[in-house]
Amino acid sequence: MYELVRGPLVWIAFIGFFGGMAYRFIAMALLARKDRVVYPTFDAKYGLRSLLHWVIPFAGVNMRMRPFYTLLSYTFHICVLVTPLFLMGHAVLWQESWGVRWWSLPQNVANVMTLVVIFACLFFMVRRLVRPEVRNVSYASDYLLALLVMAPFATGFVAHHQWLPYRPMLIVHIASGALWLLLIPWTRLIHMAWFVFTRSYMGSEFGAVRHSRDW
Amino acid sequence: MADLQDIQIMDPGVEEGIAKLTPDRIERTILKVLTEESAARLEVYLQTCVHCGLCAEACQSYVSRDGDPDYAPVAKVKDTLWEMVKRKGKVDGEFLHNAARIAFIDCGACRRCSMYCPFGIDISYQIMTVRRILNLLGVVPQYLQDTTNSHAVTMNQMWVQQDDWIDTLMWQEEDAQAELAGTRIPLDKEGAEIMYSIIGPEPKILAQLIANMAIIFKVAGADWTMPSTDGWDNSNMAMYSGDFETMGRVERLHWERAMQLKVKRVVMGECGHAYRGAVYDGPRWLGWTKPPIPMVHAVEYYYELLKSGRLKIARKIEEPVTVQDPCNIVRGRGLHTKLRYVINEICEDFRDMEPRYEHNYCCQAGGGLINCGPPWKLSRMKSNRVKAEQIAETGAHTVITPCHNCHSGIEDIIGHFKLGAHVSFISELLVKTIEMPDGGGEE
Repeated sequence: MYELVRGPLVWIAFIGFFGGMAYRFIAMALLARKDRVVYPTFDAKYGLRSLLHWVIPFAGVNMRMRPFYTLLSYTFHICVLVTPLFLMGHAVLWQESWGVRWWSLPQNVANVMTLVVIFACLFFMVRRLVRPEVRNVSYASDYLLALLVMAPFATGFVAHHQWLPYRPMLIVHIASGALWLLLIPWTRLIHMAWFVFTRSYMGSEFGAVRHSRDW
Repeated sequence: MADLQDIQIMDPGVEEGIAKLTPDRIERTILKVLTEESAARLEVYLQTCVHCGLCAEACQSYVSRDGDPDYAPVAKVKDTLWEMVKRKGKVDGEFLHNAARIAFIDCGACRRCSMYCPFGIDISYQIMTVRRILNLLGVVPQYLQDTTNSHAVTMNQMWVQQDDWIDTLMWQEEDAQAELAGTRIPLDKEGAEIMYSIIGPEPKILAQLIANMAIIFKVAGADWTMPSTDGWDNSNMAMYSGDFETMGRVERLHWERAMQLKVKRVVMGECGHAYRGAVYDGPRWLGWTKPPIPMVHAVEYYYELLKSGRLKIARKIEEPVTVQDPCNIVRGRGLHTKLRYVINEICEDFRDMEPRYEHNYCCQAGGGLINCGPPWKLSRMKSNRVKAEQIAETGAHTVITPCHNCHSGIEDIIGHFKLGAHVSFISELLVKTIEMPDGGGEE
């Protein structure tokens, strides 16, 4: 079982993720040609200007209006992206399989980052329940997505600390991670890719066309 | 829960439109717009929104209604577009009744929420897509549809007939001459530097604004003209009712008239949505990336005249004033700095609103809202208590509104909340304060 998830399933996950993303990109690029406003409006300077303002914490008015949320959200996104890539346990796997070596996070830092992700996901779910304006637009899928993002982190954490039998936990961990990768292109998690385009398009409209700022 | 009183408002344009529909036609129309008329933007926006609700506080209607979740921008999209997509166009009359209220009255397409969405999702574009669907279904508030009908028939917003148009211009020319001798309103002067275009309501109900501008042009020594026939109206309510075919016809005629007159630029009166229609939405629908001739908004033109010294201020207005930043020329054109330069030139005691510039709150009248007429007025007032508070905080006696929709909308707010202030266009203040050449009016 372990060999199956460690081998073919991981391959399927990566191929599925990259293939899915490539498909989405190409399909969207073609669809954007049909939307005759999109390409003529894109503007590198103003697109980047807007992106920059929305990538730097507290550069936008809305971010300053809610400091705790902004901090948590930024930390969460950094941890979600960085932890899986630079975890020592993952680095070992890369080296075993491909012979590539790269830098890895000290174990206790990785521990904290994992806990941040778990906490943030719980926070996002509780926020959905308690804030009326968020609850009103929350579907079951929103909670499932938060659980999906949390799953590989929670299972990996438990497996690492061997609080439950190691092997089965590891299998669940790898399987949830694979599911996560496979679903990114087909769920709202795709905002990780589309964000760049929606933001820079809005920045282009505001900056190049309307001579104003959008942050 | 959306306001019960508002939900129960009956509008013949909406109700009678719905009564004529069949489930099949509803489904076909929705799917047509979703699959044929919209493409990448709509799809990306629908997929990217993570339902975080961070746009809520951007909207004056949400803030004014004490955080009623149904008035958050994302909720307005959820209750209209998301449901249409989810149900694959199979929605009923009750759903459309609600969708019309949300799309035509609760959202002014002011785009403030796009500045609060971390992803920069264009929520107002999504609401405009809902309006487009409703228009194709024939479900449009009656008053708004009437202005669109007027555009389609007369090419102006207010059923102004050709003889009325010429007559009004001649009348205003005479009035202007009483203030300043020798003032003219030159008609169809080919090759003039400027074509001056205005919106339908000016000849209909605010004709003195035309005389004001004639005086300003005269003092500045401008080489200008106005068209004697259709194409003089740059307003565009069809843009807001979702009748993009009529919107395109109106804008095409306006620009064709300017081309025929061989002018170098078009200066337009103090209006916001007309700027949007003439410079963005109209040209885009017609497949142009920009208008064929530069368009200059009145605020920009006043700035140019004051800055260059072609207009000089003789005596400043002393009473306290504030300004309503119109969405379509501030978020839509970045004119806020020039606007403040102009006001500070004319007025002693200028008190700014907070928030301001691109972050101003909409007047809840633009975007076609006020054109939906009396049935919806109270709902508009409930949605803009925050504007009343903003105005009251400044303590100003005059609210300067360089936009027709803001002008009428703020006037309603002042009356409803008994703020005891009044509204004014810049041109009204300019004619009171500028240095007139010797002689003044005719004796």
